[in-house]
Amino acid sequence: MSQKNRIEGGQINRDKVLNFTFDGKRYSGNAGDTLASALLANGVRLMGRSFKYHRPRGPLTAGSEEPNALVQLRSGALQEPNTRATTAELFDGLSATSQNRLGTLSFDLLAVNDRLSNFLTAGFYYKTFMWPKAFWEKLYEPVIRRAAGLGSLSLKDDPDVYDKGFLHCDLLVVGAGPAGLMAALTAARSGADVILADEDFAMGGRLNSETLTIGNEAGADWAAATVAELASLPNVRLMPRTTVIGAFDHGIYGAVERMNDHLAVPQSGKPRQILWRIYTKKAVLAAGAIERPIAFANNDRPGVMTASALRSYANRFGVAVDRRAVIFTNNDDGYRSAADLHAKGIRVTVVDPRADVSVLKDYEVLSGAQVIDTMGRLGLTFVKIRLADGEERTIECGALGVSGGWNPNVHLTCHQRGRPRWDDGLAAFVPADLPAGMRVAGAAAGDLSTAGALAGGARAAQEALELDGAMPPLPEAEDAPVNITPFWYVKGDGRAWLDQQNDVTVKDVRLSHQEGFRSVEHLKRYTTLGMATDQGKTANMGGLAVMAELAGKAIPEVGTTIFRPPYTPVAIGALAGRHRGTEFHPTRLTPSHVWAKEQGAVFVEVGNWMRAQYFPRSGEENWLDTVNREVLATRNSVGVCDVTTLGKVDVQGADAADFLNMIYCNGFAKLAVGKVRYGLMLREDGIALDDGTAARLAEDHFVVTTTTANALPVYRHMEFVRQCLVPDMDVQLISTTEAWAQYAVAGPNARRVLEQIVDQDISNDAFPFMACGNVTICGGLRARLFRISFSGELAYEIAVPTAYGDALMRRIMEAGAAFDITPYGTEALGVMRIEKGHATGNELNGTTTAANLGMGRMVSTKKDSIGAVLSRREGLNTETDLRAVGVKPVDSVQRVPAGAHLMALEGPVDATRDQGYLTSACYSPNLGHHIALGFLKDGANRLGETMRVVSPLTDEVVTVEICSPHFIDPEGERLRA
Amino acid sequence: MIIDHPLLGPRDSSEFTYLGDASLIDRPDPAGEDASSDFYDYAYLRDNPAGWHKELWFHEAGDRSWLVVTRNTVTHEISKVELASDVARAQGRSK
Amino acid sequence: MLDLKPTPAIGVPDQTIGTVTIAETDGVALASVAARKGQLVASEATLKSRLGAVPPVGGAVFGDAETGFWTGSDQWMITASFDSHENLADQWKDELGAAASVTEQSGGWVVFDVTGADMLAMCELLCSVAIRRMETGDVQRTMVHQMGCFVICCDAGLHIRIIGPRASALSLHHALIGAATAVA
Repeated sequence: MSQKNRIEGGQINRDKVLNFTFDGKRYSGNAGDTLASALLANGVRLMGRSFKYHRPRGPLTAGSEEPNALVQLRSGALQEPNTRATTAELFDGLSATSQNRLGTLSFDLLAVNDRLSNFLTAGFYYKTFMWPKAFWEKLYEPVIRRAAGLGSLSLKDDPDVYDKGFLHCDLLVVGAGPAGLMAALTAARSGADVILADEDFAMGGRLNSETLTIGNEAGADWAAATVAELASLPNVRLMPRTTVIGAFDHGIYGAVERMNDHLAVPQSGKPRQILWRIYTKKAVLAAGAIERPIAFANNDRPGVMTASALRSYANRFGVAVDRRAVIFTNNDDGYRSAADLHAKGIRVTVVDPRADVSVLKDYEVLSGAQVIDTMGRLGLTFVKIRLADGEERTIECGALGVSGGWNPNVHLTCHQRGRPRWDDGLAAFVPADLPAGMRVAGAAAGDLSTAGALAGGARAAQEALELDGAMPPLPEAEDAPVNITPFWYVKGDGRAWLDQQNDVTVKDVRLSHQEGFRSVEHLKRYTTLGMATDQGKTANMGGLAVMAELAGKAIPEVGTTIFRPPYTPVAIGALAGRHRGTEFHPTRLTPSHVWAKEQGAVFVEVGNWMRAQYFPRSGEENWLDTVNREVLATRNSVGVCDVTTLGKVDVQGADAADFLNMIYCNGFAKLAVGKVRYGLMLREDGIALDDGTAARLAEDHFVVTTTTANALPVYRHMEFVRQCLVPDMDVQLISTTEAWAQYAVAGPNARRVLEQIVDQDISNDAFPFMACGNVTICGGLRARLFRISFSGELAYEIAVPTAYGDALMRRIMEAGAAFDITPYGTEALGVMRIEKGHATGNELNGTTTAANLGMGRMVSTKKDSIGAVLSRREGLNTETDLRAVGVKPVDSVQRVPAGAHLMALEGPVDATRDQGYLTSACYSPNLGHHIALGFLKDGANRLGETMRVVSPLTDEVVTVEICSPHFIDPEGERLRA
Repeated sequence: MIIDHPLLGPRDSSEFTYLGDASLIDRPDPAGEDASSDFYDYAYLRDNPAGWHKELWFHEAGDRSWLVVTRNTVTHEISKVELASDVARAQGRSK
Repeated sequence: MLDLKPTPAIGVPDQTIGTVTIAETDGVALASVAARKGQLVASEATLKSRLGAVPPVGGAVFGDAETGFWTGSDQWMITASFDSHENLADQWKDELGAAASVTEQSGGWVVFDVTGADMLAMCELLCSVAIRRMETGDVQRTMVHQMGCFVICCDAGLHIRIIGPRASALSLHHALIGAATAVA
């Protein structure tokens, strides 16, 4: 199809034709086009439907502030909703579809909403859908969700890759218009490390959209030459297609770089976007300004735009939105738009509400006039004007450019709660309180002339970097003053849009004011003015002005809503980076992982670790069969389990024993070298923190183990005690969790297996229960052996440097073959520790004390330790305190649910009658029935009592008998065998 | 945020773990006359000012040092960063 | 005669993507050294005699057979070839005696050497270290995709060594390959 509205000039590449489709229809554009400019070149003004009323809409702007022209880009899993056609860079094969419509874009069935507009006014959700309650879920919400909304998600996995990255610079310049380019150039020439970021694919800012000259060059040519010089410097990083989205604490900026969005087929393995964290010493914000519209009746038809957008489409993209245009302006910049369009052969009429403007132009000027209405079902066809004398006149045209003045782009200056300041001369807010290290230059600072921008940019860079010397020579440029008479909306009965994205009209603001929503933040929430993808960049000022007028206040007294990051919408994928799916966090593999995989182990995530949960064999019907086999095999002969994941902290130094005395509630000073002791750590409030063992390898050397989950917090806690509480103790800590592969070998035949591996004598006499020491294995490999048992059996834990972990596991399996050694996983481990009554995280759950755990006597009164004092306080030491108990069902076929509560055998069941709760439960293959551990009030004195366990969650009630938590070998004979 | 580590210079706060009020260094004397109530205050009473605050941060992804960071909780301005062990010694926690 | 064989953390061959080569360097022995209270001078004397100099804060000293780098206050990590220094920790402990605590670390870490022109751009996608400002001998401990790693600048702009947690070696390698592919 021909590009009927394409005119001469512009920066598009006419030799490079790009084909694309919109709603399935084929069009062509050129390299350098945006989707919006290409559609406009093809005579397509209608690009979307409005949020609430489904009014036909076209682009209002030519930039990222666009409220209307939101489309879905690409298809299938790559589909991206709410893409601004005004910033989407055209590529060959681009396919876009319009959104928020039922039927076709030109015949949207939901346009009926427009007829119901009296009903859909401000706060309509709050008022209308209150009653009856059941209707909300079943009727209102689905209907509203269908009708009101933007694009839709593909609901497929996003196949794109996103990265996060980190950059450092002396100066970050945000925006590559005249101010930003000059700032970057000044800084770069001084040798500073400079990053220049601009959201556009072409650097130059407004210079690309103007016919202005700088020196004796066209502005766009000067920009291109300056960019080329910057590109040649090694200390400059140019980042086009990069939006700086936030100004964070201490000079950190966030930015999204679009790497692949302009390519038809994303390159494999390459990130689509990169979310950069930029560490800056200083920053210059040169983000320019945004032209704001004026509200009048039916000001939202496709073809009605900001005047500067019409100018951009003509100058930069070579597009005449229509050959006949009207400019409605309250300021002199509107005349620049008129003159540029006129020069392109477009017939222009200017409508200026100011009565005193000169009408002596090459084109028609109607001073003292206002646009009062427009016509055209799917796009502008007529503009209705009220002239200075009150007469009305209608002009047939397809383009109406509106200029209500320019708003400096203060967004990033406010990200740390800074508030902008009102400037009467500009009739706009300008930056005031700036984040530390930030300077503002050019239009963003309220310097709207090109000369002002160049000088401001140079000055900002000089000040930021504290450069000596005079200002660099600046090329000559336009230096027109700002001449504006504030004019926000045309009075009248018709609907005049302030916020086109959210369908908020002047009437809505008036209504919300009448209903008492008078704070600007309330106005925003009640009317939705300034919400959604554009955050009201073209709408907020108009809304504030109307609100100020209604309240009889000046605009600065009304204030602005708070600007928050991000500056423009950011894909969730970019925020997630690579951390999604199985890469959500790093995976830690145990030293026996490869071997366990070969055995067909089923793995379970424990923290970041992948641990073998159980090792199924063929013929086993379910996991319970497997676990039962592993438990019985271990108790009857021997089993092996990888326990590397337990935290290990190396504690050395002359005061190492004193230090352990401090962090454990029980005593360690007298622990003999070559012995291990169980230790319980308390928090300072007397609650149990973690438990484990400490092995004394030498007078001044211990190895402390922690639970898997607490490895990091316990290490942190130990360092806290060392550095903050006992800074002059001679003790050194280092985490060695991953340095040692550690395996538990448990069962009556454990010694017979290890005797084949360990070079030293490990007989019961030479290496009794709770012994430990450095040994050698397999002919000389250094190793550590601990005679400790979590299962309750005769057991050892053997540790070797991790590189030997795989080999050792295979050797243990060989040595154990004669005893049918059975690898067991975390499930069997869990069953055996419950059978033995050993506590884990379920019992050390952040609410239990040593006394609750049945270890009250361990808390030494002869020494100071963390938590000792508060563990003795009255509230934790009453007669009805919880005590660890065991529980077994009276009817042995019944299951006992973990998490259930203990209640008296008779009587009502409620929280006031709660007697305790169960923490761990399992089926015990050794006992042939379910067992559980739990806490019961005064439990130690209630053994033998019959009670109910009640699980309201699963509706289970089971009669149980309270018993000792040590179901197996309560005397510990097996341990010592 | 950036924390200017006394040994390593400016480091991103994401490398640190936050604990809170640096008064945790002032652990009471367990043998003191009012040990019980002193420990109660120590364990449970924390200042939470809107403004300047001395806080403990742990350089977990760095040199594993505990730091005392003087930070304005409203503006996030940081005026001072010290090694907690130095602070502890200065407060008489030497053995 | 020892008849157990060590296995590398992954055992992956060197991989070149674009200009970047990522190599899992197997066979690095590691030991940490922490000076005891009041023994800083004695500890530093040993560091100096074995390495040639005491590694400064945030820095490494590349000795002939051994490299040492600073890891914390009065604390260093020593690396050497596993083949010649498998008992690295014992060697240092023998020499330091009660002047320092020495801990074997060989099993705890995986070592990757990353070389090539795009190494800098690749590192910008991995960690917040100001990689372009790093000079040869600079060392920083930092997070690489949530894994705590040492980043050692072996040859500014050309070669870095990343020492990361061995148990996460596959995740770390995956992250390196992903970043190298992204910038290739």
